[in-house]
Amino acid sequence: MGKSHRVLASHALDTLLAALRDDGYRCVGPQLRDGAIVFDTLHHAADLPWGWQDEQAPGHYRLQHADPSRAFAWANGPQAIKPLTFAPRETLWESRIEADGRMQFTATLPAEEKVAVIGARACDLAALRLQDQHFLEGAHADPYYAARRRNLFIVAVHCTAPAATCFCASTGDGPLCTAGFDLALHETDEGYLVDAGSEAGTAMIASLSLPAATATRVEQAETAVAAAGERQTRGLPSRNLRDLLFANLDHPQWDDVAARCLSCGNCTAVCPTCFCHAEHDVPLLDANLGRHEREWDSCFTEGHSYLAGIVIRSDTRLRYRQWLTHKLGGWHDQYGRSGCTGCGRCITWCPVGIDLTEEVARIHATGGGHD
Amino acid sequence: MGFDYSGFAGRRPRVAVHKFSSCDGCQLAFLNAGEALLAVSELVEFVHFAEAGPVDPDAPADIAFIEGSVSTPEERERLDHIRAHTGYLISIGACATSGGLQALRNLYADGVDTWRQAVYASPEYVASLDTATPVAEHVKVDLEIWGCPVNTAQVVGVLHDLLHGVQPTQSRDKVCLECKRQNAVCVMVAKGMPCMGPVTQTGCGAICPRYGRDCYACYGPAETVNTDAQGNRLIELGLQPADVTRRFHFINSHAPAFRAAGNKHRSE
Repeated sequence: MGKSHRVLASHALDTLLAALRDDGYRCVGPQLRDGAIVFDTLHHAADLPWGWQDEQAPGHYRLQHADPSRAFAWANGPQAIKPLTFAPRETLWESRIEADGRMQFTATLPAEEKVAVIGARACDLAALRLQDQHFLEGAHADPYYAARRRNLFIVAVHCTAPAATCFCASTGDGPLCTAGFDLALHETDEGYLVDAGSEAGTAMIASLSLPAATATRVEQAETAVAAAGERQTRGLPSRNLRDLLFANLDHPQWDDVAARCLSCGNCTAVCPTCFCHAEHDVPLLDANLGRHEREWDSCFTEGHSYLAGIVIRSDTRLRYRQWLTHKLGGWHDQYGRSGCTGCGRCITWCPVGIDLTEEVARIHATGGGHD
Repeated sequence: MGFDYSGFAGRRPRVAVHKFSSCDGCQLAFLNAGEALLAVSELVEFVHFAEAGPVDPDAPADIAFIEGSVSTPEERERLDHIRAHTGYLISIGACATSGGLQALRNLYADGVDTWRQAVYASPEYVASLDTATPVAEHVKVDLEIWGCPVNTAQVVGVLHDLLHGVQPTQSRDKVCLECKRQNAVCVMVAKGMPCMGPVTQTGCGAICPRYGRDCYACYGPAETVNTDAQGNRLIELGLQPADVTRRFHFINSHAPAFRAAGNKHRSE
C-alpha cells in the first residue's frame, strides 16, 4: 500500500459505484438531508454533497457552499458507519408457544446484505476498529453485529476538511486513513487517487483498470491531508487520561458540567464508539408470541444504571462522569486504548455545546495533570 | 392494598375508559388500533367506554383509564367514586397527568373568571373549579401515560403487560435518543430551532423532529431534566424570555419542572 495508488477521474466515480453494485453491494454514501450530511443509499455519484462543506462548533452545525468540484470537502455528519453495523433498534429473537405448550425461540439474524459505505473518515475507521473489539473479539461475539460487519466494504476518503470541532490528529487516529478500509481515496483537483487496503479492494482496483498515479501526485495529496491535521485546533492533553480522571472523581468540574448538561444522551448516540444498548420485550397482543428487541441506550438515562430497584447514577454529575471516565479512562483497561477517536461529534451535536476537550482541559489543569 | 400483578387467571379483565375535562383525543389511542382493537376486545371486557359504545360509568373495573383533568366539582366527586371501584387506575394524556392545556388557568389568580367570561356566551352555566389538576393530585394513580395525545402502542402495551401479570413501566428518557435511533438530524443543532426534545419524555417516536419540526414538549418532562440549561439555550438561540415561558407552559404547565422553568422566565 502507499505505492500503488491509481487514478480515478472525478466523472468515473459512477464507474466505481457500478462496479460495487455489480459485485452485489448496496452503496451507502454521504448526501444532503435536513441540513446535514447523512449516510444513505447512494444511487448516483451526482447525489454526493458536491460543493458543500460543514461549519461546526459546539452545539452548532451548518452547511455552506464550497468548491463545486469537491464531493468530500466536509468533515463529517451526525453518523457514519455505526448505524450500519450496530443497528439503532433490532429484534434479537422471537418466541412462540406451540399448541403442546412448548416455547420455541427463533433467532432473528439480519439478512446477509452486502453494503459498501463510501466516504468513511479515519476517525470512523478507528471507531469501527473499537466496535469490532467490543462486539466481535470478546468471549461472546455478537452475531447480529457480525452479520453486518462481514458484509461491509469500506471506501474511505482521507480528510482534507477538518471542522473546528475535530481533533483526530490529537488522538492519533487521522486525518490519514492508515488501516481498516478496502479502498481509500484522496480527493484532489485532478480527480481521485485510489489505494487498496484489502484483497477485496485490490481486486476492485484491478477490475477497474485504472492508470497508476505518479509519486508526485501521491505526495501532494498526502501533504494536503497532513496539513488538514495541522489545522486542527482542539485536542486532548494526552492519549491516556486514565490515571488523571480516576484520580479526580471528586473534582469540582463534574458539578460544573452537570449544571450545563441536559443529560439527553446525544453525545453518546453520535459517538462512533459508544456501544451501550438496552433490551426489552415488545408487547404483542397475541399472548402466544414474543419479540425481544435491543436498541441504543446511553449512560445518560436512568435505566442504564438501574440495578435491583436502585438507580445507581441518579444525577447528571454521576452520568457525565461515568461517560467521560469510561470513554477516556476505563477503555484503556478494556480495549487497550482510549474510546475517543477525535471526530468531535459529541461537541457539535450537544444541544448546549459542551466540549469534552474543554472539560478534560480544566480537570487536567487543576487536577494534577502533567504534559 | 396494592394491585395483584399475577394476571387474571383466564378471566377477561373489566376495563373502563373514563373521560374528564379533555378533548377526547387520547381515547382515540384505543380506536386507532384498528384491527388490533378486535383482538383487545377479545382479551378484555370494556364495561365503560362511551366513545366506543358501552356506557356504564358506575361499573366496577379491574383496569380503568382516565382521560382528562379534574376541572369541575362533579369531576372531583366522580373521581373518588371511580377510584373506589377500580383495581388498577391509569391516567392517560397531558390533561390527566399534568392538568393539560386548561391548567394554564392555574397560573393566574383570576384565570377561571376572566377566561370563562371571555370564552362562553353564558358563563353562568359553567361550573368550574379554580384549577385544572392531574388525577394524581386527588387519588392514588397506579400508572401515568403521558402524551398529547397518547398513542396506541402505549395503551395497548400497558394492557398487554397487565394481562401477562407484569407491572407496566413507561420510559421517561428524553426524545433525543429516539431521534438518534431514527436517524433524524437534530433540528436544534443543524437549524437552531428551539426544540424541547432534551427535556421532554419519549413515547411519541420523535415524530416532530423527524418531520423537521421542533419538539414542543407535549409528552411532559423527562426524568432528570435540566430546565435551567434548556432555558438558557433557548435564549441563546434567540427566544425572548416570554417565548421561553410559552415553550415550557404550552401543554404541561402544571407539571412541576415545566411550571417552575416557565415561571423563571415569566414577566407579569
